[in-house]
Amino acid sequence: MQRWPVLLFLAWACFLFFSGIGLFTSGFLLMRIELTNRSSCSDPLAAPAWVGQGKAPGACWMAQRFPKAVLLIIDALAFEFARFDPAKERPRPYENKLGFLHHLAGSQPRHARLYRFRADPPTTTMQRIKGITTGSLPTFIDVGSNFATYAIKEDNLLSQLVQNGRRVVFMGDDTWDGLFPQKFFRSYFFPSFNVKDLHTVDDGILQHLYGTVDGGDWDLLIAHFLGVDHCGHKHGPDHPEMAKKLTQMNEMLRSLVDHLGNDTLLLVAGDHGMTETGDHGGDSEKEVNAALFVYSKTPLFGAHLPEEPHTIPQVNLVPTLALLLGVPIPYSSLGEVMAELFSGDGETVSAALTQLSAYHINARQVDRFLRSYSLAAQDLSAVQLRRLRELFSAAVEEYERLLARVREGLPASPELEARMGRLLGRFQHYLRAARAVCMESWARFHPLRMVAGCMLIAASCLLCWVASELAVALDFSYRSYLLFPLLWGLAAAALSGLGQLLTREGPDFVLLSSWSAAASQLGFFWHSWSRRPLRAHLASSQPPAASLGLRQRLVFPMGLLAIRCCAMFSDSFVVAEARVVPFLLASLATLLVGRLLWHGRLLAPEVPKPPLGSAASQKESWQLPWLLAALLACLRLSRLFHQCREEIPHCQPSPFLAPLSSLQSTQAKNLFYLLCVASLAGLVYVVRRWLRHCGNLNSSSPLVLFVRWAFPLVAVCIACYWAVTSGMEGTLGKLQELVQVALVGFPWAVYGLASLGLLLVLWKPMTVFVKDSWVSVRPIVTPYQGAPSSQADLLYVIPQIYRRMQESLKDQLERGRRRATVAAYGLGSVYSATLVVVLTLLAFLLLTLHSERMSLSFLLLFLEAFVLLRLHVCITSLTGDAALFVVPWDAVTAWVLAASQFFYATGHQPVFPAIHWNAAFVGFQQGHSSHLVPALLVGANTFAAHILFAVGCPLLLLWPFVCEAPGSRRRKQKKELLEEEEEEEHVMEMRLQESPERFSAALLHLGLKYLFVLGVQLLACVWAAMILRRHLMVWKVFAPKFLFEALGFVVSSICLLLGIFVVMRVDCAVSTWLRQLQAR
Amino acid sequence: MKDSEIKRLLSAHIFCVFSIILTTVVPSLFLENFSVLGTHLTWLCICSICVTIVNIILYIIFKPNPSSKRISFAHKVTRFLKCCVYFFISCILFHGIIVLYGAPLIESVLETFLFAVLLSTFTTLQCLCMLGPNIQAWIRVFSKNGAMSIWDNSLQITTMCSIVGAWLGAFPIPLDWDRPWQIWPISCSLGATFGYVAGLIIAPLWIYWNRKKLTYKSR
Ligand SMILES: [Zn+2]
Ligand SMILES: [Zn+2]
Repeated sequence: MQRWPVLLFLAWACFLFFSGIGLFTSGFLLMRIELTNRSSCSDPLAAPAWVGQGKAPGACWMAQRFPKAVLLIIDALAFEFARFDPAKERPRPYENKLGFLHHLAGSQPRHARLYRFRADPPTTTMQRIKGITTGSLPTFIDVGSNFATYAIKEDNLLSQLVQNGRRVVFMGDDTWDGLFPQKFFRSYFFPSFNVKDLHTVDDGILQHLYGTVDGGDWDLLIAHFLGVDHCGHKHGPDHPEMAKKLTQMNEMLRSLVDHLGNDTLLLVAGDHGMTETGDHGGDSEKEVNAALFVYSKTPLFGAHLPEEPHTIPQVNLVPTLALLLGVPIPYSSLGEVMAELFSGDGETVSAALTQLSAYHINARQVDRFLRSYSLAAQDLSAVQLRRLRELFSAAVEEYERLLARVREGLPASPELEARMGRLLGRFQHYLRAARAVCMESWARFHPLRMVAGCMLIAASCLLCWVASELAVALDFSYRSYLLFPLLWGLAAAALSGLGQLLTREGPDFVLLSSWSAAASQLGFFWHSWSRRPLRAHLASSQPPAASLGLRQRLVFPMGLLAIRCCAMFSDSFVVAEARVVPFLLASLATLLVGRLLWHGRLLAPEVPKPPLGSAASQKESWQLPWLLAALLACLRLSRLFHQCREEIPHCQPSPFLAPLSSLQSTQAKNLFYLLCVASLAGLVYVVRRWLRHCGNLNSSSPLVLFVRWAFPLVAVCIACYWAVTSGMEGTLGKLQELVQVALVGFPWAVYGLASLGLLLVLWKPMTVFVKDSWVSVRPIVTPYQGAPSSQADLLYVIPQIYRRMQESLKDQLERGRRRATVAAYGLGSVYSATLVVVLTLLAFLLLTLHSERMSLSFLLLFLEAFVLLRLHVCITSLTGDAALFVVPWDAVTAWVLAASQFFYATGHQPVFPAIHWNAAFVGFQQGHSSHLVPALLVGANTFAAHILFAVGCPLLLLWPFVCEAPGSRRRKQKKELLEEEEEEEHVMEMRLQESPERFSAALLHLGLKYLFVLGVQLLACVWAAMILRRHLMVWKVFAPKFLFEALGFVVSSICLLLGIFVVMRVDCAVSTWLRQLQAR
Repeated sequence: MKDSEIKRLLSAHIFCVFSIILTTVVPSLFLENFSVLGTHLTWLCICSICVTIVNIILYIIFKPNPSSKRISFAHKVTRFLKCCVYFFISCILFHGIIVLYGAPLIESVLETFLFAVLLSTFTTLQCLCMLGPNIQAWIRVFSKNGAMSIWDNSLQITTMCSIVGAWLGAFPIPLDWDRPWQIWPISCSLGATFGYVAGLIIAPLWIYWNRKKLTYKSR
């Protein structure tokens, strides 16, 4: 079996999964069709002007009420921030800071008012800007594109203003630049992405704000302040810094109001709220509740003063502002006008008439939108639409009747007022019902695609299972299992592509890939079915190899995997997964050890065994309980690093997650810093120690030199970086520039060195020290140091002596020709040594992306992985399976479980607010020009554990070979003897090299098993998301879980391929080396 | 001979089950506000003590592994003391294992420890009663072909059922049902108790069903 087909087959299996994920995602994540229609002044929507109220020249759908408006968006201005409660004795840092708003509302109740501004989730800034300008509802899929801001294509407030010749001036958050390219009359953008930077944006705005207001060459001025939001992200709301920031905002408002003219409307709005930790993105009450403050120097409101601030949905701002400014309401807006703002200073009837006419226009606009939308897409239910139409037409008829009565000039009467009030209620009811219908229906799914995606993933899992069984049987014909299915797939892709061309739809890559995936799967199953009789024949001819033990070993891992999959269907279990996964892993390990005990393998001297095996197993059975205890301790310790989800009450996020710079006390900071550096040094030491122990640290090949010298260097770089970041607050002003350089320089040094190391691995992956000596007088036993101390050593040495003697005899017979002896140190662990080097390099990279104290968690990860491997070796040797080339299911399952466990133990949770966005700025203090790099950095941070465990997966195969040699632990270095023109008994990993057929098959087998276990988990997630799509928690729990699991799968599978590729690269190098040796 | 032995086993087990049922009912006659869920710790104590007493009484009555030798009184005392030490060690061990499995480390230490005591009563105490403080014998019994009498078999079954019950009892904890029995360690201790009771009932039945297959090596 060659190497490339193995990789190709695994890549193909990954592709099958990916296409399944793609198909499901396209059916599951909500989408809304965006209409490109635009409103315009000439639309016949406006009411016929009634007697005595002719249309003002230049007015559009309604008479313009304010020629100018200032819209201040204070990012993350939660309602609690804006509220002022004088009775509060000890306000928290974020409370009672915006006293000026309170003063305005108190002293001029007809001019100013505060509202609760309810944001529609997801509460990410970009979604909210879209909501505030288009008046439409967001959908789930938009969350993912927060990194990449795309221009808004739908009709919106800004384009309406521009269309009607108004000048819009913008200053602040540069997200707006991406959303509204070339819409602004003038603009001052400031970078928004660096959440650690509290002041750049705000100071920039303040520099231009007053001058622009006084200049007067604008109609709408938008200023988007980011300081409050960034302060929340950096320090949380309960921090003195937040008080400072809010006080600054208060002062800003105070002076701004002085600069405003009488004809200007001022709106101060928060785009979303903030959780207690200062994050946002979800739909919790705290995130959704923002503040809106309205003020003008001319009276706006009626005399009636509400006791408690009204709650209005965020989309309501759009129609209100549009009509007040005298431009058409954007076409797709679903908002409802804020009636109070239309009452003006007139008497009751005329105020009510103005309100009614605003409502009327608004209702007609929404009705028009619903009609066009239902023509463009079929997702709004016809029944609901009919009901809405009835509501609408009834309200409009009533409105016309009322208007006719008013035209007659009848005097105002209480009865008329009551009728108007009722009509107002009707319009309100219609508008709210329309919004509710849309909201409900845009949670719209594509059931067929979802089911098909599920089936594809399930079939891929099955394929992995079948193919792994085939690989074990060493009956893997690439022609029928890889080539033909691929041809089938290509044919299907071509056919469906042709079909898409003929029907003149745009090319749909998701459909294309899933058709080809399905066809190639069909091809695989067809061929494996048709070769069944042949296989049966083969199997009968071969002796059954340890089949009994293998089947028994299937029960526990599969049972626990089933439990884990079932747990995906319960929101509570998904929420508690951080605790569930370690529990299951602990149970699995305990069960495995318990089974050994039950079968008497653990402590049973009466089982007859060869003396060597018995000596080894005695030691292993002694080790096993300790290994189990160490594993349990690692599992328990990993809980120290957990992040919290908002669903868990009274949860305290791990203090280790916060960066060191947030620590108040210098002593604690220093202590923790030392601890982090110690753990880093420990990591380097342990890896180097292990490599030295295996004898892989002696050669002078570039990779080994790199390990010896660059590993400490990388560690020093990381430590320096930590020192700079954690001490950043306290540095002197003079050093600031130097600090900036260091903040960029050290991470780049780490990136550079790590990638250099990875390149070296690809270039020369061998870590073998070759001692090449021409010998004339040869000692008999060269490679052994010290006297053979144990029976095991004797057993090993005696054949060697024998072989030497035999050889020297032969040598003398061959006329005493001089021959080369090549002693290769560390050949026995050459594969795993390289893999460990790669893993350490990756760990350095990922460590840098995490906050400082997470390095402890990474050290724990390496320890746990080591314990798992040892446990795997012990269990395998005690179970006494002959099949050393087959990695059992329990090991693979434990490995996957450990990967998910460390996803949580590196401070992650499958929810969007828990993503460590800071990772995008490690080494990029100035922000990014593209979106690829930050996405990669954040992704690497999030899936660090997945990456490490997937790359390290081949270790499961290699480790039993590494640990094979008895007594190698006592000697400092392991030597291998290789002799020219002589078949030497290769030990340890050279046994893999010896039988390349079985080695490739074993790698394939392992990869498929890993993919299977991952795939089954993914399938459970997908299934849960599909079945529970109407569940209350779907957007909070299941959909994010699905997205994280799918992304984790993608990352894991790619890294798995990478790990297997590294092993194969080493294998190539070793074979070349051996060939050269033989050729000499 | 075998049938009579199974009958003896069954009666012993039924006695045990009744004693556990009584621990849930009887204390409410003497103690105010007693309920298994409400005053869980009290119940844990009562149940542990009761099961301990019942087990010792049963051991004295039935003598499952009668030894032929006469043992001196001093030997008996040291044996008893050894048993006590073993029991205490097993409580500590169980406590450690439970914490490693994810129980809170500092809060509710008492609850965790009492749960560990309960678990020890269901498992270690029985072993001590039947096999004495002899670890080798324990390891022999808990292996595939190690049972030498139906008492050993019943020991295997009840012990495993108790532990599996406690393990299963951990599953409802994360659910958001807000039931009183989801509080740590109520569900686990109830699970262990139900497992123990189930084991007590299953063991004689299972032995009865498999009486043809069960052949014991003589010591
Ligand atoms: Zn925001
Ligand atoms: Zn933010």
